[in-house]
Amino acid sequence: MSLSLDEVGRIARLARIALTPKEAERIREELNGILDFVAQLQAIDTAGVIPMAHAVDVVQRLREDCVTEADRREDFLAIAPEAEAGLYLVPKVIE
Amino acid sequence: MSQWEVVIGLETHVQLLTKSKIFSGAATAFGAEPNRQACAVDIALPGVLPVLNRAAVVCAIKFGLAVGAKIAPRSVFARKNYFYPDLPKGYQISQYETPVVAGGGLSIRVGEQEKFVRLVRAHLEEDAGKSLHEDFHGKTGIDLNRAGTPLLEIVSEPDLRSSAEAVAYAKALHSLVTWIGICDGNLQEGSFRVDANVSVRRPGAPFGTRREIKNLNSFRFLQQAIDYEVAWQINELEEGRAIHQATVLFDPASGETRAMRSKEDAHDYRYFPDPDLLPLEITPQWIEEVKAALPELPQAMRERFQADYGLSAYDASTLTATREMARYFEETVAAAGKENAKLCANWVMGELAARLNREELDIAAVPLAPALLAGLIRRIADGTLSSKLAKEVFEALWNGEGQDADAIIEARGLKQVSDAAAIEPIIDAVIAAQPKSVEEFRAGKEKALNALVGQVMKATQGKANPQQVGELLRKKLAAN
Amino acid sequence: MIHTASLKTLAAQLAQKKISSVELATLFLDRIERYNPTLNAFITVDRDKALAAARQADAQLGAGETAPLLGIPLAHKDIFCTRGLRTTCGSKMLANFVAPYDAHVVERLREAGMVMLGKCNMDEFAMGSSNETSYFGPVKNPWDLTRVPGGSSGGSAAAIAARLVPAATGTDTGGSIRQPAALCGLTGLKPTYGVVSRYGMIAFASSLDQGGPMAASAEDCALLLNAMAGFDARDSTSLERAPEDYTRELERPLDGLKIGLPKEFFGAGMDDGVRAAVEEALAEYRRLGAETIEVSLPNSGLSVPAYYVLAPAEASSNLARYDGVRYGHRAAEYRDLIDMYEKTRAEGFGAEVKRRILIGTYVLSHGYYDAYYLKAQQVRRLIAADFAEAFKQCDVLMGPTTPSAAFRFGEKSADPVAMYLSDIYTIAVNLAGLPGLSIPCGFAGGLPVGLQIIGPWFAEARMLNVAHRYQQATDWHRRLPEEFA
Repeated sequence: MSLSLDEVGRIARLARIALTPKEAERIREELNGILDFVAQLQAIDTAGVIPMAHAVDVVQRLREDCVTEADRREDFLAIAPEAEAGLYLVPKVIE
Repeated sequence: MSQWEVVIGLETHVQLLTKSKIFSGAATAFGAEPNRQACAVDIALPGVLPVLNRAAVVCAIKFGLAVGAKIAPRSVFARKNYFYPDLPKGYQISQYETPVVAGGGLSIRVGEQEKFVRLVRAHLEEDAGKSLHEDFHGKTGIDLNRAGTPLLEIVSEPDLRSSAEAVAYAKALHSLVTWIGICDGNLQEGSFRVDANVSVRRPGAPFGTRREIKNLNSFRFLQQAIDYEVAWQINELEEGRAIHQATVLFDPASGETRAMRSKEDAHDYRYFPDPDLLPLEITPQWIEEVKAALPELPQAMRERFQADYGLSAYDASTLTATREMARYFEETVAAAGKENAKLCANWVMGELAARLNREELDIAAVPLAPALLAGLIRRIADGTLSSKLAKEVFEALWNGEGQDADAIIEARGLKQVSDAAAIEPIIDAVIAAQPKSVEEFRAGKEKALNALVGQVMKATQGKANPQQVGELLRKKLAAN
Repeated sequence: MIHTASLKTLAAQLAQKKISSVELATLFLDRIERYNPTLNAFITVDRDKALAAARQADAQLGAGETAPLLGIPLAHKDIFCTRGLRTTCGSKMLANFVAPYDAHVVERLREAGMVMLGKCNMDEFAMGSSNETSYFGPVKNPWDLTRVPGGSSGGSAAAIAARLVPAATGTDTGGSIRQPAALCGLTGLKPTYGVVSRYGMIAFASSLDQGGPMAASAEDCALLLNAMAGFDARDSTSLERAPEDYTRELERPLDGLKIGLPKEFFGAGMDDGVRAAVEEALAEYRRLGAETIEVSLPNSGLSVPAYYVLAPAEASSNLARYDGVRYGHRAAEYRDLIDMYEKTRAEGFGAEVKRRILIGTYVLSHGYYDAYYLKAQQVRRLIAADFAEAFKQCDVLMGPTTPSAAFRFGEKSADPVAMYLSDIYTIAVNLAGLPGLSIPCGFAGGLPVGLQIIGPWFAEARMLNVAHRYQQATDWHRRLPEEFA
């Protein structure tokens, strides 16, 4: 298993993390090291084993349908990098 | 065009009628100021966690029961990962491999044709926020009030073969989700949004490549968008170009569809089970409880209307377009008598519907109680009112005049005159005054009788029974 | 020496008015002021808030209120959100983030009357085993300033080891409470998954993260857990259980205790000094009446590779919310939206966090999900099943907490996999959702060694009992690094 630089670029784009070419090369090596290490899982026979997604075997608890949260817009917008007219501002979204 | 077959499947996002959001205690009411209904969970502050709203699950169960689907005893919430400013967590909580509802379907009617449209699945998920594209110094504003509103995404099989079928399906689905009370059905506010997967193929050929038209929030746009898209795809193919899978937007102003730019590289959603949410368990007992509280469904009611009231399939279908309409009809029949059901149907679908339409009123807001309409219908049935007078009484009842139909008839002296002794002198006078018509009738011209009846009706200010007048005229003209 | 006293002693002194909460807080705040520049154990200290809370506690004490933790100082790992006091998670991304709410654990400990002195340094987003990944610089081990304190709760561990605070909170995703507790000579408990609410605890890997107490002794940890544990409706994975008194079994004799020794935990790879200290501790347990038997956890060797698929996968998604839109760092310059995201995240996250996000993104991506993620989840079940099998034969499991004592700065940071392997004995416990405890059991080359005690689900009270009886017979947990005595 060996990742190419293109694949590193694709993953970084999916994860929205900019990488310089130098970083991409270093990360490629590191990720390959980690992937080699986790490759030992492939040798294990897990036929019929139910995947374990949670640490405990319980089912979802349900919340009653009540409005419990008050408006805290001012508190929340106060910590936003850019806000105006009650809105979070971002660079123009093109659909 | 005829050499191409259109294949359409719809994905419908139905906002569920809950007070609070699917994973938080923030309100879902429409129209609040931006970000006033976006709590810490909705805006994805660090460390906050989702807890599932029971009412959203009840909505899903109701829907599953209403379409005869399988309700999963255990379903799983998954994260759909992508970056978008209106998606605060960087993932949408949805269901992927194990949706809460699988299979089922519903009947649609296009003209005289009835068709069963199969459903693939329906799953629970959260809505995203809204991007406001008004210009804020060249930036986009983000309102997260809608983020976390519960949605049921209902996916049909690609069973639809025309825009008309697609619209009929969307309307039937809209009627059903409002009928069972899981959605307010408000299209303008985005409570019911349709994505249409459209492709064309030669009959018998495998499915063509589809393009997905996103976010259609009116039946008219749905029709227009599909029609444009179909024509465009056929044109592309006939010009020798291939169709590429794409997500497209419909522009109501131009009536055209165009490919979206922003979603191009977002296709690897990396779904995985949400570790913050445990498997959703729905027990058979819970399903039974929900079933017991479910109203009679439109399909069952249509069949009952035909069997019990002798209505046509068309009438039964029209009267069950909404639950309010059906309730109004049934209450009218209850008060007017079952033997007058057909007359009730005609009045509810005719005069009443027309009037509601003219005044842009919903049947829920009708000023005329079913019992009052029933009073009117009884007087038509027993011959007291002619249809002309009935309309006048209806008008008065609608405007809230008089206590009931009988009071209006009394007050206005609108009673149909069926006493032959009272009418005969008038008939005689008309015969005397209209020798030409009399002549024509005697010469075998049936139409001439109508003119004479009209004169008698005029002379009685419409109170005579035209049928009775006709018979009396015939008798007199034959005798002389 | 009031700064070395147990929580029980501190509570008694406060109740008897021998010292006030304000005096106690001041004493520890002064120690922080004196020693923190050397150790870098705290990211944020708020003297004014701390003293205000201490005054409040004094008022309660003055009114005759008594509670086991009332008026006692505490520090939180900087992963727990504290309303009005910044919560950085050791990251540039949140360097100026002030949460508009408290974590459940923060609420609970405040309600118990504890006085928060500040927020402890940690590996960035709890990703690390040495505290070298913190944006706020590494934490030094009070036992040897050239060595790491462990991680990710390294700040909490160093602060307690140097008695800058008598108790602290930590979180443990793959060993982040137990490993630093071992490396700094403390007692640290990772409870059963679901016992402590994760609400307001910044997520790393949601299905593995669990908060827990760190202090000098098992008795202290039991008192802290009494306040920290409990159902919280805001966390779907919080378990609805009757409240427990975790001190109730502390004094129970160990006669007949069956200790399982997983043979996989005693194989190659363990330092001799660690082995000797652990063996001696086991001998002490036998003297206390316990019986040791060998058991096997055949799949435990797979826990590190399984973990390094699952934890990064969850992390890659959990950390997607740091996008520069609603809070946290945003890049100063960008061309467009995507550029803003990419620069913000490139600048805001450190190298280890990026590494894990990228690994996690990869293992979840199209075409690799089954081979990596699903496979790792299946192996996770095998690992959990091994524990269930082992607990049919014994009451608790014991072994070393870490394969070696504290390592030097830079020793493992160049090789991610070598660093990951320092958690080889702790990670399986998180995968299985079990409680795990580390207690000091001696020294190797002058550095503390930790003994790990693992129990079945919800066995915290028994495990604390097992630790407490040992601590009554030994004094490793009372040893202090000379420089900070």
